[in-house]
Amino acid sequence: MATTTSTVPSAGPVAGSRSFLSRLREGDEIARIITSLFAASVVLITLLLVFELWQGSVLPRHKFGFNFFRTSVWDPIFDQFGALPFIYGTVVTAAVSLLIAVPLGIGAAIFLAELAPARVSDALEFFIDLLAAVPSVIYGLLGVFIVIPLMRQYIQPALKHSFGFLPLFQGPAYGVGFLTAGIVLAIMVIPYIISVSREVLLSVPRDQREAALSLGATRWESTWKVVVPFARTGIFGSIFLALARALGETMAVTMVIGNTPVISTSLFSPGYSIAAVIANEFTEATGDLYTQSLIELGLVLFLLTFILNGVARLLIVATSQRGSGLG
Amino acid sequence: MLTMTGVCALVAVSVLFFVLGYLVYHGGTSINWNFFTKLPAPVGESGGGLANAILGSAKLLLLASFVGVPIGFFGAIYLAEFSGGTIAFVVRYAADLLNGVPSIVIGIFAYSLVVHPFKHYSTLAGGFALGLMMIPITLRSTEEFLRAVPNALREAAMALGASKWKTIATVIVPAAYRGILTAILLAFARVAGETAPLLFTALGNQFWSPGWEQPTASLPVMIFTYAVAPYDDWHRQAWAAGLVLLGLILVINIVARAILSRGIAVPRT
Repeated sequence: MATTTSTVPSAGPVAGSRSFLSRLREGDEIARIITSLFAASVVLITLLLVFELWQGSVLPRHKFGFNFFRTSVWDPIFDQFGALPFIYGTVVTAAVSLLIAVPLGIGAAIFLAELAPARVSDALEFFIDLLAAVPSVIYGLLGVFIVIPLMRQYIQPALKHSFGFLPLFQGPAYGVGFLTAGIVLAIMVIPYIISVSREVLLSVPRDQREAALSLGATRWESTWKVVVPFARTGIFGSIFLALARALGETMAVTMVIGNTPVISTSLFSPGYSIAAVIANEFTEATGDLYTQSLIELGLVLFLLTFILNGVARLLIVATSQRGSGLG
Repeated sequence: MLTMTGVCALVAVSVLFFVLGYLVYHGGTSINWNFFTKLPAPVGESGGGLANAILGSAKLLLLASFVGVPIGFFGAIYLAEFSGGTIAFVVRYAADLLNGVPSIVIGIFAYSLVVHPFKHYSTLAGGFALGLMMIPITLRSTEEFLRAVPNALREAAMALGASKWKTIATVIVPAAYRGILTAILLAFARVAGETAPLLFTALGNQFWSPGWEQPTASLPVMIFTYAVAPYDDWHRQAWAAGLVLLGLILVINIVARAILSRGIAVPRT
């Protein structure tokens, strides 16, 4: 910051106001301009990102149009690109992960926010924060060497044995596939659900709980029938946030999903996801159409996470405002 | 039902210990002096290390800090001290948007901005991609910590005749420095493990990567390539690299939180 005094900007004789000049001499105006440039670069980078994704996917957008999302042939040799299997894989794995992560995450958040003593809650939250810091490639590593063998030898045969009549649990147990990817994703997004839901639950005003308890509700009833409904929108926000993470997650999914562009009702089947296909094929893509099709997939991923993050933020803000407004 | 929620919390937290346990169990035996000092051995030969990946990661993180820290830090000063209203809203919105962008898309962006025009993969491109990811984390948390500095401090400095930038440089930033340090460390830890943005920017390398303009190996990408490869010796190395990487990230996280909890001037946000 010390350098800001020595640099005299060529601001020119802008508006002869004396206050501006005096502020300039004191350095305030210079500091403001310099820091504003840094702040503006954030906006610029974001705009450039959107522009590059849009500009980089011109060819497939013009050639395939909406058929890009409806066809399932992905054939670089004949320049045919349809993204349906990848979109399907992304949606299915995200859905499986939420089915597992939402009950577990919200249960844990309720425990941390409502039932555990403050010290225990803070200590556990510390571990949850550390868990959120574990990089996805580490989850992928454990997925490859621990979860996949476990799935192949025990879990998938067991599921097949008890629920094999459902189309979801049929076919050979490879270990890799939608179910495995969903489980690994669930493990990855649980910390996000717990952290955000806990914050939202903690922001529920105290009198809500006291009112319920004074009416004779048990601890569980006051939590489940009063506090959780009050924080409902914020909890939904945490779920959307987790969904956005799950859709965009790359490494762990790439390592366990099987990387086969297949649409199958069976969760045991190997599949592919948008992020995984970009990760695997981008460096090997030959020809503009191939590369640009992958960039268009990136654009789809960007738009999906953009919308989900926006919704999540609205929901979380709505809840915390409601909490502070009434409390 | 009460105990059920406790079980949920226990399950969630125990994952951390499973992850750590497996990494130590499988990777602990492979960490030796060679791991930190030798180049990767050719397939079929045992031994060798990941020295080039460790150095590559360090270089990438250095570059990333050059991109991410100044933009995040000065941008945050603008948001917290100078701006108000619409512009601040737009900047914050852009930062949140950038924060939510999947890391693989950041990779595509860095590819089309740095790799494509120069026609080759490079350390620079990888560092740029990681730097982009550092910006929103540094920016938003630094802003929060600056805002948490009590207004009385600002007013006191100004009442003594200090100009605004002098107030910021000598009073506000020092008052919030623990928080800012934490923010930067956490951003650092976050990008240290990122793999997806490096796949087609820094690419990977089996050898040393002199200078800044060649593809470089990095720990996360090495873990990925070694884990999906069919060689047992590589798997062993992948576990060891995972242990080193996670150890580093967890230590940075714990140190960052320790710095923050010792602070007095700034309340925890």
